[in-house]
Amino acid sequence: MAAALNIQKGTSKHSAYDLRDPNSDVIERHTLAVIVDNEPGVLARVIGLFSGRGYNIDSLTVAEVDHTGHTSRITIVTVGTPAVIEQIKAQLGRIVPVHEVHDLTVEGPSVERELALFKVAGAGEKRVESLRLADIFRANVVDSTLESFVFEITGTPQKVDAFAELMRPLGLVEMARTGIAALSRGA
Amino acid sequence: MTQMTGAKMVVQALKDQGVEVIFGYPGGAVLPIYDELFMQNDIQHILVRHEQGAVHMAEGYARSTGKPGVVLVTSGPGATNAVTGITDALMDSIPLVVLTGQVPTFMVGNDAFQEADTVGITRPCTKHNWLVKETDRLAHTIHQAFHVATSGRPGPVLVDIPKDVQFATGSYVPPREAGNAHYQPQVKGDREMITRLVEAMETAERPIFYTGGGVINSGDAATQLLRELVEATGFPITSTLMGLGAYPASGKNWLGMLGMHGLYEANLAMHDCDLMINIGARFDDRITGRVADFSPGSRKAHIDIDPSSINKTIRVDMPIIGDVAHVLEDMLRIWKSRGRKINKEGLARWWAQIAEWRAVECLRYRNSDTVIKPQYALQRLEALTRHRADRYICTEVGQHQMWAAQFLGFEAPNRWMTSGGLGTMGYGLPASIGVQIAHPEALVINVAGEGSWLMNMQEMGTAIQYRTPVKQFILNNERLGMVRQWQSLLHGNRYSHSWSEALPDFVKLAEAFGCKGIRCSDPADLDDAIAEMLAYDGPVIFDCLVEKHEDCFPMIPSGRAHNDMLLAADAEAFKQGAALV
Repeated sequence: MAAALNIQKGTSKHSAYDLRDPNSDVIERHTLAVIVDNEPGVLARVIGLFSGRGYNIDSLTVAEVDHTGHTSRITIVTVGTPAVIEQIKAQLGRIVPVHEVHDLTVEGPSVERELALFKVAGAGEKRVESLRLADIFRANVVDSTLESFVFEITGTPQKVDAFAELMRPLGLVEMARTGIAALSRGA
Repeated sequence: MTQMTGAKMVVQALKDQGVEVIFGYPGGAVLPIYDELFMQNDIQHILVRHEQGAVHMAEGYARSTGKPGVVLVTSGPGATNAVTGITDALMDSIPLVVLTGQVPTFMVGNDAFQEADTVGITRPCTKHNWLVKETDRLAHTIHQAFHVATSGRPGPVLVDIPKDVQFATGSYVPPREAGNAHYQPQVKGDREMITRLVEAMETAERPIFYTGGGVINSGDAATQLLRELVEATGFPITSTLMGLGAYPASGKNWLGMLGMHGLYEANLAMHDCDLMINIGARFDDRITGRVADFSPGSRKAHIDIDPSSINKTIRVDMPIIGDVAHVLEDMLRIWKSRGRKINKEGLARWWAQIAEWRAVECLRYRNSDTVIKPQYALQRLEALTRHRADRYICTEVGQHQMWAAQFLGFEAPNRWMTSGGLGTMGYGLPASIGVQIAHPEALVINVAGEGSWLMNMQEMGTAIQYRTPVKQFILNNERLGMVRQWQSLLHGNRYSHSWSEALPDFVKLAEAFGCKGIRCSDPADLDDAIAEMLAYDGPVIFDCLVEKHEDCFPMIPSGRAHNDMLLAADAEAFKQGAALV
């Protein structure tokens, strides 16, 4: 099979990702999980790397995940050609407080979730409709006045986008999104 | 645990790391450390004239010894002045530990006097940096700094130490108890991939070794193994600017330097080879020329300790991540155990082809009886100093640097100190002082251009103070030669701001500094003048007045393919647009 795909032996040691044409110009979207020491300046190092070398950040989230080990998990969604994505991973791996770099997009199935808050203002039928749609999307009402709701929704970025589109004509006035958190599936 | 002040801890940590010399400049935020330096005799402190000079001296010291260079400067302007040198060290992978003072922790962020966000400013130009907020963390951080600077791909690191942390008392930990956390770069290469490379070497018809500064950074073992491998296989070898000396210039397989001003035979061999073995080089743009046309017919192997260097600009077939010495050792062992095979017929044809390229004599230039040609000056310098095994050469940046790389031969590693990646004018003079401090009895020459040399000439004061007999060999064309050359070739001879109308009298300048000045403008006097420079026991500023309009060839014009070289004879046609298709 390798021969049929014109794969060079040895380039596919770790993942099927490397089977694809490394010189491809196709822009891909990858979700990276970066485990770092939770120390001052570590986020600046990661962001500085992206801005300094001209890489893109679509979404970035960070929080401490191991309080005793003082490690944080940075989830970055980035876009680029396969060669650029590989270079981004290698450059991230070079940062001294970075422990691990995982490319969740190629390391197997993964789940991605984002949390968003929507403020929707309105009255009458629009107000009722927004509540009905929120129920369909399993969004929670976390604040309510006579003129407004704040909905909390969790899901894939696509689901959040879809909800935002539906809320727009119903009086969407403000929105806050956390960016993506992601984990690989299985043990 | 031993209790001591932060300032004392700094000095103790340096001693425990085996540091003998530091380069620095005092100021308010490092006074407690300077006070501790005053009260000891184990570490010598070299007082520079500008913080940039301190960093370049530390680079020269590091590059010529293989040990990390150490710098101590104050907060604010002390730190910002050091930034150019730190960036230079990052680009050329030179291990440095830079210690900066900082305003007290309770003043940080207040726009205090001589405050700068040093870790913020130096984050992109260091391998790693630290702001130490507690005295208890200081010793550990300094030990960690040495570990990071010297392991994996070497580079500069910076430790920013607020003044109150220097005054406060804390517990000292010695290096062996400090631990090195998780930072342990891979040094052993993948055996399977090395075997694949050896297989390719056995059949290759047109192989070439392309070596770089990584061989020198790896250490003496790497140099020895490289020489053994080259002699045993009989493959031709070329090197980047940073790798000169790893393989001896007098070696029979030596093609000379490659790249923008590299030798014709080296670049043509790189273009036409069928197996390229990159050892510790990084496919820099001065090497590859136009990337799309880089060595189109070759299989490529790349040995590098830094995974991010692999496939960064040039896609390779055989990536090997590891330390050069470890990988070469495995390569040699595997190649020998498989019967020391090479493609003899192919290799013979390959050397015949290389001989044809060599016959072009790409370094030929028209000499003169009346004016000193810069190439001639370097040929004479080479002839009169080649016999000295303890000769160390530094350069500034520009035409003279390329001519020095072309016309001087290096037989051993760590003898050639130049600013390759960043191209920092003003590097050579301080670097030469750093080299001389490390090797007090050696012959240390800085081949300079007058433009670069003026950028850090204040360091002559340092040279005098510490009696370092550095020889400043200035090829003075009263022009910014490389800028002038590009303006001549690419900007219609419009010499926009590329000459100086008010140069100092370098001989009088030498007298003012308190050293010897020599001027030479007649080719007939050159040998005697160089001999006088070499014989003088002390620093010399040698003002060698050379041809003002000499261009440096061969040359790959920027953006051209690497086999599309401009030789001296083609230059006129190129200027008139004939070659600009």
